[in-house]
Amino acid sequence: MPRIIVDVMPKPEILDPQGKAITGVLEKLGHTGLSVRQGKRFEIEVDQITDARLDEVRKAASEVLANEVIENFTVRVEEAQ
Amino acid sequence: MSGRVGVVTFPGSLDDRDALRAVEQCGFAPVPLWHGSDTIDDVDAVILPGGFSYGDYLRAGALARFSPLMADIIKRAEAGMPVLGICNGFQVLCESHLLPGALTRNAHRRFRCRDERLLVESVDTVWSNAFTDGQEINIVLKNGEGNYVADAETLMVLEAERRVVFRYLENPNGSMNDIAGITNERGNVVGLMPHPEHNVDPLVAPSTDGRGFFASLTNFLSRVAA
Repeated sequence: MPRIIVDVMPKPEILDPQGKAITGVLEKLGHTGLSVRQGKRFEIEVDQITDARLDEVRKAASEVLANEVIENFTVRVEEAQ
Repeated sequence: MSGRVGVVTFPGSLDDRDALRAVEQCGFAPVPLWHGSDTIDDVDAVILPGGFSYGDYLRAGALARFSPLMADIIKRAEAGMPVLGICNGFQVLCESHLLPGALTRNAHRRFRCRDERLLVESVDTVWSNAFTDGQEINIVLKNGEGNYVADAETLMVLEAERRVVFRYLENPNGSMNDIAGITNERGNVVGLMPHPEHNVDPLVAPSTDGRGFFASLTNFLSRVAA
């Protein structure tokens, strides 16, 4: 089944405490200089990729998957494996 | 003058029973409401309680916003019905866009549970008119995602219109402008992170300042009835 991917990330100006915590643990493990921000990835399976479907997913992302007060999102089609 | 106050139970609500008890102790008829109902009963006001509705899946309050009952509550709130959102209820109100901004994870990444000193910054709301301007009150706080954020313009509007209702004296979670609670333009919808329903009974609370929220509602309802 073809897939549409929605990536949701905290806006750059929003503090990301989870990313900070992960960065801290990585540093303790010796992975210094890796600054992590954590987001979410949604994989949405559809029968067929159409412009209408993509618009629908964009609407769903804006209404539900992301809170645009604090998050940005991108919508893309996953390339066939 | 008393009235009927509904308290919504979502799957994962924790403080719905405490809120119902506080409603009763403050002289109102408590009305339990279920998130799956299509309409709220004949109630004069609604409380969205604390907890972890829908397990905080996706984002705190994000899924509760789309429950059948919330559609009716949003409609009635926009028409002026008093709504108080406590903790998770505040998160639901922000996700519903009844209040601006969002609640994010505490800046220090720890769950915070303590008695919190607040300043009453606006007495021009349904839920705060029984306090005095600048009054210091003590209300218990318990949350992991109470860090209030909004863009600069929204903050400016909130401050200019005196819609910050409660401000922390010692910011417990990183909230912008020390914001503990805000209201909508009309003053009928108030959301705050601290829990006034836990501060009504001297047996279990160091202060009974939470009663002021209900005294405010009494004032409002008797004025409407007059």
